[in-house]
Amino acid sequence: MEITKGAFGEFGGMFVPEILVPTLLELEKAFEDAQADPAFAAELDGLLKEYAGRETPLYRCRNLCSDTNVKIYLKREDLLHGGAHKTNQVLGQALLSRRMGKKKLIAETGAGQHGVATALAGALFNMETKVYMGSKDMARQAPNVFRMRLMGAEVTPVETGGCGLKDAINEAMRDWSANYADTHYILGTAAGPHPFPTIVREFQRVIGREAKRQILEAEGRLPDAVFACVGGGSNAIGIFADFIDEPSVKLVGVEPGGHGLHTDKHGATIEKGRPGILHGSYSYVLQDENGQIHESHSISAGLDYPGVGAQHSHLYSTGRAEYAGVTDNEAVEAFSLLSKSEGIIPALESAHAIAKAVEHAKNEKESKIYIVNLSGRGDKDLEQVMSFIKNKEAISHE
Amino acid sequence: MSDRYVKLFDELKKNSQGAFIPFVMLGDPGMEECEAIIETLIEGGADALELGIPFSDPTADGPVIQAAANRALEKGATPDCCFDLLAKIRKKHTCIPMGLLVYANLVLGRGAERFYRRASESGVDSVLVADVPVISSRRFVRYAQENGIAPVFVAPPNADDGQLLEIASLTKGYTYFLGRAGVTGADREMEAPLSARISFLKDAGAPPVVVGFGISRPEHVRLALEAGADGAISGSATVALIAANLGDAKKTRGELLKFVKDLKAATRNELYVRGTA
Repeated sequence: MEITKGAFGEFGGMFVPEILVPTLLELEKAFEDAQADPAFAAELDGLLKEYAGRETPLYRCRNLCSDTNVKIYLKREDLLHGGAHKTNQVLGQALLSRRMGKKKLIAETGAGQHGVATALAGALFNMETKVYMGSKDMARQAPNVFRMRLMGAEVTPVETGGCGLKDAINEAMRDWSANYADTHYILGTAAGPHPFPTIVREFQRVIGREAKRQILEAEGRLPDAVFACVGGGSNAIGIFADFIDEPSVKLVGVEPGGHGLHTDKHGATIEKGRPGILHGSYSYVLQDENGQIHESHSISAGLDYPGVGAQHSHLYSTGRAEYAGVTDNEAVEAFSLLSKSEGIIPALESAHAIAKAVEHAKNEKESKIYIVNLSGRGDKDLEQVMSFIKNKEAISHE
Repeated sequence: MSDRYVKLFDELKKNSQGAFIPFVMLGDPGMEECEAIIETLIEGGADALELGIPFSDPTADGPVIQAAANRALEKGATPDCCFDLLAKIRKKHTCIPMGLLVYANLVLGRGAERFYRRASESGVDSVLVADVPVISSRRFVRYAQENGIAPVFVAPPNADDGQLLEIASLTKGYTYFLGRAGVTGADREMEAPLSARISFLKDAGAPPVVVGFGISRPEHVRLALEAGADGAISGSATVALIAANLGDAKKTRGELLKFVKDLKAATRNELYVRGTA
């Protein structure tokens, strides 16, 4: 595809209704101005430190994979205020909203982590906040719905399509095309039209920048591999960004394999999709032969998305990063494994990355260093994992 | 490129009329029913047709047209079935301009080249891709031109002069002027279009300007024409009549016939001058 704005190789671009073009160009300009303004960076850094609790630790697992040749480090974004990496870029975009003179925030959310981050920013900056969330996700991530409402956000259920993240983004885009004059849409992932994939990456880049410095301090060398889960791909692009130009570092994006890649119930967009246009950019998309978008499936609401950020499509097509799936079962096993071995309960999203890292570690013949982005904490998933395990036990007893 | 739009707007101008263009979703509520519906629109006096190919994720559409797409998809409508229906209609009605309103991923689905070729073979005159703005349109415009299809672009209310100039020079057949911000839907009415923006487009050499979004009553059509537009498109209001009468094809056609006649009547200059419409 010929991309005129926001190209990542042949991917990316700005494929939106004409009415959103002036708004996206306004956002692009505000972002570029802010990047050149030291006062903006100072304010954001201050918030990240004092409000959100950066920097986050890079923790070396004491027990996980201690029987392998691999030292696993976890980048503890789960300890960030809000419970996930989402807060990093939401604070950045909230400052941009204020800079553009917008009065209201809208957001979509899957697992609720981006919604929670937007809700806390709305409270902090005293901006009216509306979060679109698929009704399927509201049911399975109920604690986050309550968190958002507690912080004053309005949570609007989305009942269209598969009632998930894709549909929430559709609804937020519809809202934005009516209310752009006083409203900023804080897109929560590294997908969407230009300039979102770039803005989100730049505001999430702090994850990889810190991790790189921390691993050099701890080990005196770069890691051999970096693992991160990929739905839209914001935590992955954030931790990858500063390693992309380090060819010795393997980058592994972990997609939700759902019931398995041989079934049609998964969200493995890069492995099983093909390039197309969804939500404003040309990137890999799960779709049928005519171009109708497939409903994705994952136990993890935050990864349950049939699209993916354009830069990931580019990293995949150039071979710089590899992408592999982890099933619902494997993710739940990793969820339990990390809890038991380190006393850290990961988000189901991040558990996908853990599972893939453990699988790789078992096959390493020489000593290696891995970093896994522990993008969020698992409190929100307790109820869902309990019922998943119960169902599985019930089935195995039959 | 076919000259059906040119002929239509010349003819209407001669008769001091504006164009009334209804929109329906191809395959809604089923392929056969849809064919009868389109015949009814033509019988009622539609000057041109704007037709959608159902897409799973129509982000520029409100609930009424989303529901129409879902009904069509549930009945198994595919782009190829839609092209077959279009070809059938073209065979019977050789003069009426037919425009397609689609989303980018349907164009790319089986290849953009194939899409525009199929459109051309089916007698389609124009294609508007809802999520391809001018800034990202090069490849789409090229395939359209190679296949004799007019690429149509939307002029939104928030466009600045530079954007309007680009839209004016790229859009062919007609210019789709947004009556208001937001997505399609009749629940929010059009705002009286800024006549200054319409004359700006015309001075820039844009083809005839047709106002869409929020057009559901004869007075909306009149407002659009008074502001200098050459016509009006009504989508959600048309589709809502189909949705309200599902399962009763006769009633659907009856109500659509009356609706199209009423809105077409509002495009006749002498009628609204006399205030009888």
